[in-house]
Amino acid sequence: MEDLRNRSHADVDYRKLAAPIKSAVDKFQLVPEFLKVRGLVKQHLDSFNYFANTEIKKIVRANDKIVSSVDPNLYVRFKDVRIGNPTEALEGIVEDLSPQKCRLTDKTYAAPVLVDVEYTKGSHGGYSLLEKNDVTIARMPIMLRSCCCVLFRKDEDELARLGECPLDPGGYFVIKGTEKVILIQEQLSKNRIIIDTDKKGNINASVTSSTEATKSKTVVVMEKGKMYLQLNQFAKNIPIMIVMKAMGMESDQEVVQMIGRDPRYSALLLQSIEECASLSIFTQQQALEFLEGKLKKLPYANMSTGKEGRAMSILRDVFLANVRVIKNNFRPKCIYVAVMLRRMMEAILNKDAMDDKDYVGNKRLELSGQLISLLFEDLFKTMISEVQKQADNVLSKRSRSSQLDLSMLLVKDIITQGLERALSTGNWDVKRFRMHRKGMTQVLARLSFIGTLGHVTRISPQFEKSRKVSGPRALQPSQWGMLCPCDTPEGEACGLVKNLALMTHVTTDQEEGPLIALCYCLGVEDLELLSGEELHTPNSFLIIFNGLILGKHRRPQRFANTMRKLRRIGRIGEFVSVFVNEKQWCVYIASDGGRVCRPLVIADKGISRIKEHHMKGLLDGARTFDDFLREGLVEYLDVNEENNALIALYEQDATPETTHIEIEPFTILGVCAGLIPFPHHNQSPRNTYQCAMGKQAMGNIAYNQLLRMDTLLYLLVYPQRPLLTTRTIELTGYDKLGAGQNATVAVMSYSGYDIEDAIVMNKSSLDRGFGRCIVMKKYSAVNQKYENGTSDRILRPPRKDDRNKKGENPDWERMQILDNDGIAAPGEIIRPNDVYINKESPIITKGNPKLGGLKDSDYKPSRQTFKGAEGESCVVDRVTLSSDKNYNLSIKFMIRHTRRPEVGDKFSSRHGQKGVCGTIVQQEDFPFSERGICPDLIMNPHGFPSRMTVGKMIELLGGKAGVSCGRFHYGSAFGEPSGHADRVEAISETLVKHGFSYNGKDFLYSGITGCPLQAYIFMGPIYYQKLKHMVLDKMHARGSGPRVMLTRQPTEGRARNGGLRVGEMERDCLIAYGASMLIYERLMLSSDPFEVQVCRACGLLGYYNYKLKTGICSSCKNGDNISTMKLPYACKLLIQELQSMNIVPRLRLADS
Amino acid sequence: MSDFDSEAMADAGVENPKLPPHLELRRTRVLCKADAPTSTDTVQYSGAYASLGVDNSLRFDDFRNNFRVQVNRISHEDMEFDMVGVDPSIANALRRILLAELPTMAIEKVLIANNTSVVQDEVLAHRLGLIPIKVDPRLFDYLSENDTSNEKNTIVFKLHVRCAERGQRLTATSNELTWLPKGSELLKTSESLTSTSKPETYTSFTCSQDSMPEFAGNPISVYPDIIIAKLGFGQEIELEAHAVKGVGKTHAKWSPVATCWYRMLPEVVLTEEIEGKKAELLKQKCPANVFEIEDLADGRKRATVARPRACTLCRECIRDGDDWEKRVSLRRVKDHFIFTIESTGALPPEVLFTEAVKILEDKCERVISDLS
Repeated sequence: MEDLRNRSHADVDYRKLAAPIKSAVDKFQLVPEFLKVRGLVKQHLDSFNYFANTEIKKIVRANDKIVSSVDPNLYVRFKDVRIGNPTEALEGIVEDLSPQKCRLTDKTYAAPVLVDVEYTKGSHGGYSLLEKNDVTIARMPIMLRSCCCVLFRKDEDELARLGECPLDPGGYFVIKGTEKVILIQEQLSKNRIIIDTDKKGNINASVTSSTEATKSKTVVVMEKGKMYLQLNQFAKNIPIMIVMKAMGMESDQEVVQMIGRDPRYSALLLQSIEECASLSIFTQQQALEFLEGKLKKLPYANMSTGKEGRAMSILRDVFLANVRVIKNNFRPKCIYVAVMLRRMMEAILNKDAMDDKDYVGNKRLELSGQLISLLFEDLFKTMISEVQKQADNVLSKRSRSSQLDLSMLLVKDIITQGLERALSTGNWDVKRFRMHRKGMTQVLARLSFIGTLGHVTRISPQFEKSRKVSGPRALQPSQWGMLCPCDTPEGEACGLVKNLALMTHVTTDQEEGPLIALCYCLGVEDLELLSGEELHTPNSFLIIFNGLILGKHRRPQRFANTMRKLRRIGRIGEFVSVFVNEKQWCVYIASDGGRVCRPLVIADKGISRIKEHHMKGLLDGARTFDDFLREGLVEYLDVNEENNALIALYEQDATPETTHIEIEPFTILGVCAGLIPFPHHNQSPRNTYQCAMGKQAMGNIAYNQLLRMDTLLYLLVYPQRPLLTTRTIELTGYDKLGAGQNATVAVMSYSGYDIEDAIVMNKSSLDRGFGRCIVMKKYSAVNQKYENGTSDRILRPPRKDDRNKKGENPDWERMQILDNDGIAAPGEIIRPNDVYINKESPIITKGNPKLGGLKDSDYKPSRQTFKGAEGESCVVDRVTLSSDKNYNLSIKFMIRHTRRPEVGDKFSSRHGQKGVCGTIVQQEDFPFSERGICPDLIMNPHGFPSRMTVGKMIELLGGKAGVSCGRFHYGSAFGEPSGHADRVEAISETLVKHGFSYNGKDFLYSGITGCPLQAYIFMGPIYYQKLKHMVLDKMHARGSGPRVMLTRQPTEGRARNGGLRVGEMERDCLIAYGASMLIYERLMLSSDPFEVQVCRACGLLGYYNYKLKTGICSSCKNGDNISTMKLPYACKLLIQELQSMNIVPRLRLADS
Repeated sequence: MSDFDSEAMADAGVENPKLPPHLELRRTRVLCKADAPTSTDTVQYSGAYASLGVDNSLRFDDFRNNFRVQVNRISHEDMEFDMVGVDPSIANALRRILLAELPTMAIEKVLIANNTSVVQDEVLAHRLGLIPIKVDPRLFDYLSENDTSNEKNTIVFKLHVRCAERGQRLTATSNELTWLPKGSELLKTSESLTSTSKPETYTSFTCSQDSMPEFAGNPISVYPDIIIAKLGFGQEIELEAHAVKGVGKTHAKWSPVATCWYRMLPEVVLTEEIEGKKAELLKQKCPANVFEIEDLADGRKRATVARPRACTLCRECIRDGDDWEKRVSLRRVKDHFIFTIESTGALPPEVLFTEAVKILEDKCERVISDLS
């Protein structure tokens, strides 16, 4: 052994000697530092913080004045706006809010939006200027852990005092007591030219413009060799040359020059020019007149747009709205169109120049801050117009007693309610942009800790899920490091719903002005100074800033390098991206929000800038991640800029061309996929399955899980930390809030109850607490107040010894668990039909209050009884009393049920290998090893070959080695080269050292015969998750039971105690088999048999006259030819429904 | 030990025409090959080798001569002994009885008066149930369904802990469980109001258990230092736990052993002489140090099997290719069991074993009486 080890050492040394002198520095420590600084949901927090600190001020500054249109001297001006501390004003008392308090009392966690205003007061004679500070205009829901939140920068102790879990990521809102996440919205990037083909195969260039004022989509399309403009405001396609002419480019030559004098391009443009000429449009005036004719008719006509005409204003404000027209100078817009045309032509000549819509660099992620600001802006404007309307109303009245105080009109309900409604329903309705989006928010999944994290990093797609397209669903190479390649749901949303990777950051908007100025300083030649000819001269690049053409630069690489240098020394924002596109002869500079980016280590000629002493400083706490950024050791690259970089996976792989080095490869995975040990050894769909399943695993939810009042809560009694961890597990805190247990698994066939992935469980393990879980359900009751001043009351329950006139109260037995206050006591065992609150409601709740109070007889009991399954022994866990939003007393009960695993419960390992418990076997029947180890569960080996989850096998080996040597082993993704995953060789060595076989297979004795088994059994610990699907919640059977009123057929579904349907296919089987009597029984006798009276004469249904004891046909008016027969009630119903539609189905009867 | 093995082998075929060695090997040994163990079963049929003229029937005299038990290690909690000369089925029967059919006392019913800790009532009760009680279960009766709990079938413990110090945590361990020899102290509330005569509790002890001779100077205790719950400031647990007799079949808490297993005696045979470097290599390979180097007179070195018992069957010695598997043969002796009992503390392991033998005896008698 010693010899072997020496030799392997020698190997390493040799390799090291041969390599160039550069020592690999372990940069892993940067990941936890990054997460410490930025957090797992930093995107959300950054976005919201940006809104709260900057965006909201911008919005208010843009609309800072309310002027009365009646008396223009009366106005309110907003001087400043800010978001205060989360408080709530209750009857004049201001009370601090904490998120936990809001969750428990169904309140909205919101803070007042405070403004400083300056306003005038007075009337015609004199006006006085007044000021008012800290006026509350709205209550803004606050994102947890954002800079406005009380949890901001709190340490663990303080968080605990506030009843908050320190591991909770934040990034969501508490609206009316429920936690709401605004999903990250994926969108095509705004204000960028995208070359694509449409359904007909025509090449088009589209720009989705978005400015503060308008949103529009401009499409230039090539149809039959001619180019047209498509714009919503125009009814038909407009030849592009006419548009150019309308914008003042009357000379065709100028257009050709702008596009470039390459004859190939001019040839492509020729047809368009000819078309324009054939329409005999040569001047701007003619062109505008033509456009005017093509305009869509507005529903409300006669909208006078001034002297210039509507076409002009559309061209100015709607057409390519992102290119501003200043002082009627259309030249930038013309150049923009020219660039669009040129890009299209390039795409026609060379298919490679086509843009990929699915490319991540062409996408923007819209985060909660942006979405809220959109909503807030709209609501703020609504409020302003509302205030104005109100003021005008008051002012227009002649008789006014007091002077109007405009500041008093600043109502806060519009914004508050608008925000609250949008967040709680998830419907974003912004009239200005004609935006009606649904399902933007979701209730935060609190099923498992990982589910919560996964939910906050989820990205909702731009397309509807129903579309059967493969492109957007496919894994994009540009997704590397930004979006998790594993974590996506199965089924219809597959590939569309994505998740962020571990180190992804989403940018927020950055000030454009200084950057533009900087670009000009660095030698960008202004567009204004260029002739059309110069636009596309070779050896110079267009500089495009946030989709806007700034000008040209003759030495683009130098320009880009300077920009990057400035970014690295911190002179411009760290998220500004500089991307030299050699193909398009462009340099793209982006500072807009919503780009995904990630940090990378900068390398100079392949040598990492991070040295040993830097990392040491990090470990000692002398440096933070931000210091690395500031010193230019690390930088953020967005997807576009990654194209200019050559990124080495490891330092040792770097070549002199390498510009960057990855921090850690496992960060390409997201949070959910990060839990999987050795995911790089698994077949990829298995990792995807695990990502979905990890969210259903039971375990610990949060440190404050027992203080929460969730509607449904699944907890594991003895959750464990996985023996085989990954770095991601440690970073996310899964090791502290585990959702599973380390089970000793033997991979063997046993008893036959293990087919189809079922597992065999050891009864003694279950006895000792394996897989035990707690299910808690919330029941609530409200002590309602009514409009006539009456209210519900909660009474002391009758006891056994209480006797009234009628004797013993029969209900006492159902109310044993109630305390004397009439509310169930915590710790009591509650059985089905037990009363948990002895409430009475007044009989009369409307009208005037009754004088002299209410008597006992004025109340009717409205007790609430517990409806659990029979035989389930539940316990009242907690009872909370709080007031709800209408200031009624609301009482919530948590009812707890502890369950031990039973046959049919679902379990899964961390490798997408789910299975139900097939049988439970006594320990003495279980096999045991030479060391007396008896497995907790047995898994069938057939689960392996087709699933190819090699990672699971390595997990078993690593877990076994881990328990033997007492060290947690690691299995981070792609972690072997960097030491974040143990190698199988090393694991095997450890196993051998502790007397196990190197391959993890043990010599087992059968527990039944006592003889050794005829094979060595692969046995060791694997982390198993108990999933929330349990038979107890699903098993269902029924004999006779409730029926649907309309059809008299049995009800559907377990919740309604419904029947089991013999469906079409089952029926087909029975027909094929010829089991006619069985069909008759199932479909008629056990379903909806009905006796009908059929008239043999007319074939219609009659009725049975009970007096005459005969059937009578109502159409023949007699009972002569009546036969009685059996029919399914549904059939009778159909006949009658058809009759009601003037169709007469007649029954022809024959003797059988 | 090696003498002992050869003796055992020699004993196997007394007075009988011997089986050919390859069959004898398969009859008495499990051969642990690199890929799988073979000949794991025992040959039970008396006429299995009749064609060879060998009688395979089990003779009582043979059994009496061959059967032996030798204790290797014993303490009050665990023991290891060799049991030689029995069929695996017998050894396994004893193991199964020890695991599942030997009665002990365990907490079955918990009456919770107050529990403000974070541990839920059911979980607390479950935890209490798993605490081993150090009492001889033979002194107690089973509590059948319509029995009332009395001093002959129930042991009552009380637990009352409270964390009174602000800012402190209190760990309630099993030491805090106090034995109530007079039975339950909790009164049945509903009854106590009406009947003025004698307050009724949840047990009906006729006498105090500590007045019984068995427990006079020897109070019943539980296994110490097992954490039951951790309490924060102001949290309190007050409960009464009733322990009754039961068997491990019903619930693992009644199992008298933590675990109990056997392994067959390892036998390592070097089928050819291994000398020199190979011997060194072999010695190095084995993590359990089974092999030793023997210096031969002429300065050569030879590998010998020094500690076959230590073999854990890691199969390192036969891992590198077929030739090693030819040189080293790993075997298990089919009728020699190294039996380990780890008691939970209720009874000492040797008593457990004898009790298990008694139960097996009972079972056999029942079979015999049923057959006759």
